[in-house]
Parts: sequence; C-alpha cells; structure tokens
Amino acid sequence: MDRMTPDFVNLSIALRAPQLYEETASLIMKVPQAFLSSFTEYLNKMYEMGKIPEADFDALAIALWVVPKKIGSMKASTRIRKEKLYMEITGAELFVKALKEEDVTTLFAYPGGQAIDLFNALYGEKDIDVILPRHEQGLVHAADGYARSTGKVGVCLVTSGPGATNLVTGIATANYDSAPLVCFTGQVPTNLIGNDAFQEVDIVGITRSISKYAVTIRKREDLAETIKKAFYIAKTGKPGVVVVDLPKDVQRAYGSDVYPKEITVRGYKPNTSVHTGQLNKAMDILNQAKKPVFLIGGGVNIAHANKEMTQLAELTGVPVITTIMGKGAIPTTNRLYVGNIGIHGSYAANSAISNCDVLFSIGTRFNDRITGKIEEFAANAKIVHIDIDAASISRNIVVDVPIVADAKKAICALLEKAKPLHISEWTNEINRWKMEYPIDMGKVGLTPQMIIQSINEVFKDAIITTDVGQNQLWTTQFLDIDENKQMLTSGGLGTMGYGFPAAIGAKFGNPNKDVIVISGDGGMQMNIQEMATAIVYELPVIICILNNGYLGNVRQWQEMFYDRRYSSTCMRYRRSCETGCNTPDHCCPEYTPDFIALAESYGAKGIRVAKEEDIKTALISAKQNTKTPTLIEFIIDREINVMPIVPPGNSLNDMILESEESTK
Amino acid sequence: MKKRWICLFVENEIGVLASISGLFSAKSYNLDSLTVGITEDSTISRMTISLTSDDKTFEQIKKQLSRSVEVIKLVDYTDTPIHMKEVLFVKVNNCSDEDITELFRISKVFEVTIIDYDGTTVLLECTQTENRNNDLIALLKRKFVNRIEIVRGGSVAVEAVSISER
Repeated sequence: MDRMTPDFVNLSIALRAPQLYEETASLIMKVPQAFLSSFTEYLNKMYEMGKIPEADFDALAIALWVVPKKIGSMKASTRIRKEKLYMEITGAELFVKALKEEDVTTLFAYPGGQAIDLFNALYGEKDIDVILPRHEQGLVHAADGYARSTGKVGVCLVTSGPGATNLVTGIATANYDSAPLVCFTGQVPTNLIGNDAFQEVDIVGITRSISKYAVTIRKREDLAETIKKAFYIAKTGKPGVVVVDLPKDVQRAYGSDVYPKEITVRGYKPNTSVHTGQLNKAMDILNQAKKPVFLIGGGVNIAHANKEMTQLAELTGVPVITTIMGKGAIPTTNRLYVGNIGIHGSYAANSAISNCDVLFSIGTRFNDRITGKIEEFAANAKIVHIDIDAASISRNIVVDVPIVADAKKAICALLEKAKPLHISEWTNEINRWKMEYPIDMGKVGLTPQMIIQSINEVFKDAIITTDVGQNQLWTTQFLDIDENKQMLTSGGLGTMGYGFPAAIGAKFGNPNKDVIVISGDGGMQMNIQEMATAIVYELPVIICILNNGYLGNVRQWQEMFYDRRYSSTCMRYRRSCETGCNTPDHCCPEYTPDFIALAESYGAKGIRVAKEEDIKTALISAKQNTKTPTLIEFIIDREINVMPIVPPGNSLNDMILESEESTK
Repeated sequence: MKKRWICLFVENEIGVLASISGLFSAKSYNLDSLTVGITEDSTISRMTISLTSDDKTFEQIKKQLSRSVEVIKLVDYTDTPIHMKEVLFVKVNNCSDEDITELFRISKVFEVTIIDYDGTTVLLECTQTENRNNDLIALLKRKFVNRIEIVRGGSVAVEAVSISER
C-alpha cells in the first residue's frame, strides 16, 4: 500500500489503541470496501514481516470482526484465522466480486425472492451495467446476442423456480449454437431443497442435457472456485452454456473473499493443439483434388477466423460454401464464395457439394438440414473434417481425415502449407451454376429479396439478427456480410422469438453499430414485451417485420407437401372465419396487433411499408432515428415461398428451384 | 452389435450419476448395466458400464462421455483382459424336498452358495460373470417356473494383472 489516505492514518491510530473497539468500529464504517480489502492485505503482509506486534494485530482483527455484528448492515467483516486476517464477505458480495474479476460489464438480470441478496450486493455497483429485460426468455436471448456479437461471455441472473425455467429455451438455443453464457439462478436455501418449497425447481436437472455444464453450489467455500470454473468452461473449447444454481443460504453466508486467478478442471481439457500429421494428410488430399470445396460452419465465425479463412480461400483458390451458421466466414461478395448449402441453400452450392471430389470442412457438425439424404451426401468425395468437438466428427458423416482442433489454429497451420491449386475448370463450372441458377425471387415489388437487398445497401456497419422461419431463410439467402457485418441467428435450435431480444443484447454490446432484426410477424410476437427494454435503455434497434399474416415456413410446407391444409398457421384467423380456409384474400380479418400502434404505444417509431419504393426511405429514416427503436412493418405477399428447397428425403442436388406459379 | 465394457472415473459429486445415465437416455444409447462406487480417492467415483452397440455408436458414446465435464477418465475394457463379477441373489419359493436336492446339486455345478434356507425357501448367492449369471437364471427359470425372485447388482470390472483372457 503506497498511498497514505486519511482513513488509513485513522485506522493506524486506532491500531495503536486497540482497546477502543467502538471508536475503531466507527472508523471502519467510513472506510470504503475496496480500501478495507487492500488494508487487510497490507496488515497481513506487515504482520508476516513482523512489523505489527501480535497483540495489536489480534485487537484490530477483533475490532474488524465485532463491527458487523453490532451494526448488522456492514458490508464485510474479518475474522482471525490463526495467523492471518481474512476479509469475510457474503456469498452475494463474492458473486459481485467474481463478476468484476471476470470483466463482466453488462449483466442481464431479473430479480426475485431467492435472488434478492444478489441484487442487494449489486445495488449501486458502478462497474456493472445491470439490465432489466421484461421476461427471462428475452433476457437470456439478449445475453446470447450480446455474447455472439462481442465474443465475451453473456451473463444472466434470475431467481429460482419460474425465473429459472423461463431461461430453458434460451439456454438450449445458446448451447446449440455454441454461444458462451453463464446463467446464475437463485435457489431455495439448501435445507429446503427437495421439499417442494415455494419457487423451487431442480434447474440443474432440467438443464443438464441442454447445457455444457450445470451445477448447484451447496457450500459457501465452493462458491469462488465454481464461478471461476463456470466462466472457464463457458468460454473455452467449444463454447457453451454453464448454469450455476445459487441457494439463498450460500448467497448470505460469510466466507473468504478470495477469487482464484486461474483454475484447472481435471475432467475438462479443451484441445489446444493441431495434430500435424493429420493436417499434412489433409493438405495432401486437398492438393491432389480436381474438384475441391471448403465447407465452412459456425466454428469459423466463433473462432473469429474470418480473415484467415479468406486468406486460405484466396491462396488456394478453392471455392467456399457455408452453412447458415458459417455465413460470413468469408465476405459474401468474395468471388470464391458460392453460397449456402442445405435444404434452402443455393443450387450452385448444393451441386458443388454433390459433385466435389474433396470436401474440406471446418467447424460444422453436418446437421440434417445441410446434408439432405445422407447416403448421397458428397458421395464421391474424400472428406476432411476439422472440428473442436471430437463428438461432432464422424457422427453423421463418416470422414476420411478427422482433425480435432480450434478452427483458427487449424486454418493458421493450413496457411503455412497451402499453395494455389489449378482447378479453373471446376471453378468455372461452379460459376456457371451460380449464373444459371441464382437465388432470385424473380419478381419485383415488395419482396423479401428487395427488402434485404435494401438493407445491404443502407447499412454498412451493422449487426443483423434474424428470427426463425422464412424471414431467417431469406436473410441467409440474400444478406451480404463482410468484415463490418455480422449475422446472428438461431441455427441449431431454431427458436422463434430469438431475433428481437438478441438484437437488444447485440446493441448493448455494440452501441456504435446499427443493429437490425429481421423478423416475421409470428416470431416478433413471441418476445414483443422487450419493446419496453429497448425503450427504457434507449436502444435504437431497427425492427423489420416481414408480415405475411402467416407462420410462413410451416404454411409453405403445408402448401407444398400437405395439400394446402393451412392448419393453425394463419395469423389473421378469427373465430368467425369459416373453417378449413386455405385461400387468403382481401376479405380476411384485420391483422392483430396493429404493429405501428403497438410500437407507438411503447414510445417507439412505427413505419408501415406496403410499396417497394418506400423500402429505402423507411430504412434510412430508421437509421436516422437514434433515440428510440424503429419498427418497420413490411406488408409482403401472403403466400410467398422460400426457394429453392430440397424436399424432405431428397438428396441435396435434387431441388425444387421455383414455386409453381399457380400457387402464387 | 457387440457387448462393450467401459470403466469410467468421475467426480464424486451430487448429480454425476444422473448426468451420466441421463446422457444414455437423452441420446437413446442402450445401457445394459451401470455400477458405481467410491474409489481409494474419496473425490473420485468409478463406474463400470456394460452396453451392447455397434462400432459407430460406441465411438459416439465414448466421445460423448469423455466430453462431460464430470468425467475424469474413460477406459475401454471391451477388448482388454479384465476380471469382472456380478452379484446375484436368487430366492426360490415353495420348494419340495426334491427341489431342494436339485438346488443343492445346481449349487455345486454352478459354484453357487446357498446362504439362507427355511425348509421351503432357498436363497442362492452367486458372484460370477454376467454371462454365467445369465445361464444360471435361465436354468432356474426353466426349473422353477414362477417361483423365483431375482436380484442382480450389475457388473464391476478391473484390469487383469497377469492373465491374458477373461
């Protein structure tokens, strides 16, 4: 301790008159917590060096310890532990300390009975921005959007019971897409666990299969280490969600204030190296290829290896195909970018996968949405698969060269060995497919294509989140992404209601970027209560609702594969409608809610766009509104479909390219 | 499909058994038996898991188990020399004198101990491999239809020291 502050001087005086406990106590009351903490450390050091007589040391320790007993609300106490002074703080105070040590600056939190001590410890905390969303599901999606857009761990704090269960969908969403989250849940005191106490649920049991790790802290002395472990597990290896359940008695119990700097977990050793032998083998296969492609998944985006991936593609000249989660791995405007693979991928991408002789994949798990009929997936190709998760390799697709590694490390290692390939015949063929069968709605007017292309033009430095369904698929088809843009979408779990709260979280993490959510009228209503959050925290997110009055993706399937039986998909349905309606027309009842009036009732700006020529004006005026959110409702064609599509059970290159005109 | 054996070292914590067994049910993996007990290190429990699966699924199971934070080490015992035993109790009710004689005969052949007896009910204890216990059960079921009560414990296994076969 170098600085001599008046408080320190006073304390030192008190130290020499240890009999005056009361006086010492009143002095301690005036000393800030942080100062007291370092003062204790200083005392320990001095004592160890023999500079403080033992009697004085003990006396001061007693004084520090007596104070909180008398005053009750004192923030901390100390206690003699044989030879050393330890600061004793409550579990809740340690929780706050831990957050600060983990560099948590934004906390998404909703209070409740069993979390009230944690909120008490957070009260007045200047280093942590405590955000109160309007529903725990919105809360966890916001933390997810924050995490994905900043690369930091998203942190949630909710109460026990319903607070915890409301997180469940968001936990599964984040974990499925490898977004790092630590979710703290309040819990009833340990002596009540299992008693069916008020607001008690076994959240660890509930989330075990949808999280990376879940744990109830049963002892105050385990608190620091477990929180450290939670952050470590959430952000390393394949990132994921860690649930930490905090019983109320643990929050209130006094204990050590030490928070560890480092931790090792004996059952958890994330892979940190790249196997050189396997990498050489992979490179040999690539170098001998006549028709190679890169298939890039979300792993490359999560590892922030976009720049390196672009270099690798450009150095080798190998065309790049992405999954939905991998989109943006290289700029979509790059000449080597072919498009998305999958059941709504581009014809060129799917054909390239079906015809390639080497499929070099990085950071994808070959989910059923990208493989189509699995027997015919890349049937003639040798497959290289790099993934951080050993369990993702050779699960759905048997691969020839498996490499367990972090995408960035692997790509950097590949860059050292890569050389240009002479494959112009192959790239020409792919380019021909791209030219002949582009993804194009082939229509003018207020189409999703026009809307998303306008977003491409108006916003250059932006984060775009999507909801789930047609709005998501169109976005993945038409959105341009480069190094200044990012797309956040619920790819694995496909959670409707994700887009808007995720945009709110992204805006918290990136206040200087434009944040746009592209949603449908269905998904928007799943977390619409977060309008209030966007208003009260003055977040000018731009909400684009593509309103077709249907749960459009399911309706499309009903149209194409279920004889137009529009079962429970019409959002304009009223009880007075005749049953079995499958033909929307101008007589349909009014849409509920009136999104514009709704936006205005919250204090947001609302714009309704019904004509193509108004798209850009609306987007520009939304961009200029930096005070409040802007909601733009685009009234689109009711039965517009996402094309092309691989019908269920078909192989990837067996696509339906265009909607039948009769159904339009 | 093949019979597999796994030895799993896990953290001795609340919820770990649920987490491991939950993995099997969540992923629809077949599980024949699972036993767990504390080891010489009180922070570690050791599980012996037996299951039947094809090669591809088994690889997945091993990877999925290894990736659990609570799992410290996984050893595949499928093709290594091990000693394994399963405790089995069989209670045979309503025995005639002939039945009892027969049971005593069976006990000799199968190396079964008769540990309790009251004139009409006989309690057998058998600590053998899972397969041998299966054989014994099959025999008893045939001979004493609807009169037997079976309690079996699941297998425990340990690497062999110098034997080369099971």
